[in-house]
Amino acid sequence: MGSTIRLRTLGFMHVDAGALADFARGCAVLGSGGGGPADVTLPVAGQAIEECGPVPVVDPAALPADALVMPVGLVGSPAVAAERIGGRDEPARLRDRFEALHGAPVAAVMSSEIGGLNGCVAVAWAARLGLGLLDADSMGRAFPRMDQNVLELAGLRPGPAVLADEHGHTVVVDDVDGAHLEQFARAAVVAFGGRAASTDYPLTAGQAARHAVAGSVTRALALGRGEGPAPLLTGKVSSVRRYATEGADGEDATGVLLEGGGPDAGRLVLVEARSEFVAALEDGTPLAVVPDVIALVDVRTGWAVPVEEVRYGLRVHLVTLPSDPAWYTPEGLRLAGPAAFGLAGLAGTTGEHRAAGGSS
Amino acid sequence: MRIGIDVGGTNTDAALLGDDDRIIATAKTPTTSDITSGVTSAIRALDPPMESVTAVMIGTTHFLNALIEGARLAPVAAVRLGLPATAALPPMTDWPERQRVAVGGHGYLCHGGREFDGRPLSPLDPEELKRTAADIAARGLTSVAVSSVFSPVAEEDERRAAEILGAELGPGVHFSLSHELGRVGLLARENATIINAALRDLAAAIVESFAKSLAEVSLTAPFFLSQNDGTLMDVDFARAYPVATFASGPTNSMRGAAFLSGLGDCAVVDVGGTTADVGILAGGFPREAAGESEAAGIRTNFRIPDVLSLGIGGGSLVSPDGETGPRSVGFRLTEEALVFGGSTLTATDLAVAAGRADIGDRSRVAHLDPEFTARALDRIAERLAETVDRMRTSAGPLPVVAVGGGSVLVPAALPGFDDVRRPGHFDVANAVGAAIAQVGGEVDRVFQVPEGRRDAVLAEAREEAVGRAESAGARPGTVRIVDVEEVPLAYLPGGATRIRVKAVGDLDLNGISTTHAPAGAGDTHGAASHA
Repeated sequence: MGSTIRLRTLGFMHVDAGALADFARGCAVLGSGGGGPADVTLPVAGQAIEECGPVPVVDPAALPADALVMPVGLVGSPAVAAERIGGRDEPARLRDRFEALHGAPVAAVMSSEIGGLNGCVAVAWAARLGLGLLDADSMGRAFPRMDQNVLELAGLRPGPAVLADEHGHTVVVDDVDGAHLEQFARAAVVAFGGRAASTDYPLTAGQAARHAVAGSVTRALALGRGEGPAPLLTGKVSSVRRYATEGADGEDATGVLLEGGGPDAGRLVLVEARSEFVAALEDGTPLAVVPDVIALVDVRTGWAVPVEEVRYGLRVHLVTLPSDPAWYTPEGLRLAGPAAFGLAGLAGTTGEHRAAGGSS
Repeated sequence: MRIGIDVGGTNTDAALLGDDDRIIATAKTPTTSDITSGVTSAIRALDPPMESVTAVMIGTTHFLNALIEGARLAPVAAVRLGLPATAALPPMTDWPERQRVAVGGHGYLCHGGREFDGRPLSPLDPEELKRTAADIAARGLTSVAVSSVFSPVAEEDERRAAEILGAELGPGVHFSLSHELGRVGLLARENATIINAALRDLAAAIVESFAKSLAEVSLTAPFFLSQNDGTLMDVDFARAYPVATFASGPTNSMRGAAFLSGLGDCAVVDVGGTTADVGILAGGFPREAAGESEAAGIRTNFRIPDVLSLGIGGGSLVSPDGETGPRSVGFRLTEEALVFGGSTLTATDLAVAAGRADIGDRSRVAHLDPEFTARALDRIAERLAETVDRMRTSAGPLPVVAVGGGSVLVPAALPGFDDVRRPGHFDVANAVGAAIAQVGGEVDRVFQVPEGRRDAVLAEAREEAVGRAESAGARPGTVRIVDVEEVPLAYLPGGATRIRVKAVGDLDLNGISTTHAPAGAGDTHGAASHA
């Protein structure tokens, strides 16, 4: 591989300071209620652009097929990320270690998870590294586990994965499958104080063009500019029930009841959530089910509301989007479909909904 | 007897309450630019027996206005302990230009801070802090804001850093520490701390001018300022934590509405000259807004009442098509409204024309088409009802209490709300709210909650909140827990949980010293305490 890589940008597409808020708003929608709020990573990305300049958005196909791509993201607790807001050197440490492991220079950065706070993390680090950002990502949305991504579905190896913190501590996880990556990384994240910079599922530009979710950055920008689909319903949150799912390892769950207003008066929609919104049901009929993206967008602010911030009386638009087609294959549904979130009863409807629904 | 005073942008309102909480007198006077004379004339208008007054409670929007205007703010040294973490975003980076310039934009990144479980993030570096102190001294900065990563979990680093900096900088420099002002979320907590530091000189001046006003009318009773949550702070606390007054305006008027109407659970519509502010009372306290709040475009994490504002007030302009607001004649109502001989059709003119209010000269609105007047007033009622409906949390019946000078615009029933009340003294609800305020204590930080220990940890947090309320001046025995919130932090071991407990009790006047020391030299770092 050559030492200089020519980056062909998509027209004049840049993530600059002006487009950044739109981008972050779109990432919040794609977070499907999860992925963490961008309230810290948005100004962090703004600062990085201010210091280092705008980030070119790059089509993976415009790079040499063997060019090395570094997927990036934060792993850990959003509450910790709200205190330890990040250093300046983490992306360089990740890159140095990554390049040493691969014996080749990184040509571009890609987001591991476009949904939630990690979309802006990729912009910040691309800016600090002076690299382009691929118009793609590994999930197309947000999911709670690191191995819930389309590169896992494509059979790519998770390792070598690198975790790093602001002090320069690094951990390399290698020779693992996706489930093990999740276990090892989570254990390391505790030692890292609940937050670490991560790169995992390393790939080439050619693999990114074939297997990653295409167009994620431009999709987030468009969604943030209000160019998304029409809401399925506009109304207000009329009840929020927080509970634990049944079983020994019950997880935190939330049931949100939306009461339609205006033209939607009289309609009731139940939205179920785990760490993301996972189903929207009207009269028992699914309107959308994970892996569909389900977002509640605050009518007042235009921002999608995280699951943990949904409260009584909030006026919202219910917006749903299809996910990447890879998520609707049998393997995709097994990894991150309804059954993976304890909604096995809705498994059959997802494919039908998908078949009858839109395209991506 | 107690006196409640609300110093607003336009009017200074006052209410005199007996020991049985009966309202003895009320007054409304124009706010003056020196504050002092407006307050003295409001008190004189009440004409209280000065020696029988046991306490004076004052609500003021002065500090918030100073921040919005970017005026009278002191330059601040913002010292953050967190390196090598947090360098991605130095202090005040995302502030609006006006406020950043007003406080000087002096940010310092130093080592220190903790992890979520209290482990050191990096050790405090005394030499680094001494170098920082030298720069602070060279710039002549006398107000220092110290923030530290996870200080709500472990506050020692902030205290230590303040000691080291203080020893270098000498007397006359005061410190605002973030763990005393906010909760988890470094940027918002740090912002609140910097704002507080910028307001401390002003706070000393304001407290002094209040003291002067009271002395001028020979009042010797202690005085208190209203905080965001409707509880009181004494003058020492007010000098050290002026930022805690920011949202006291809406809180006081809602608490006053609850008191005047006798309702603890209701919607409150506070109609002023320019806006109608709608909030919800639950158990006598305003429902608080979720998430972060903004003050003058700066995000902070104060707890503020969840209020929705609608551009309809007594001075709102009425257009020929019958729509009202959002433009308003504001405080010039008494010159510009038709009923006062002016030439502008305002919402107040509609109320007078419809016979709902007796303000000014009614004959001056006799020419208005009754059908037009009714339609415009119906439209106002419709929009008010919509706003109340947006704020309600259930479909059940919800009484609505209308207060404020412009509440003559609120009819006896709103669409969807049959029970609308306008209690006596509605026009000074905010002053009444100040007068009835209690004393509070709050705990809000991350606790480790091992399995099976939840109840014990919660009990510890409750006890601490009660203790804080008592040391802030609440009478032991009257303190009750008004709010408990538990939020487990995702993806962390050891049951790390953010627990917030709020306790409130009656003001113990026997425990209060009656000297209001003139503001200035006396500098306090700690919480309010009156042993």
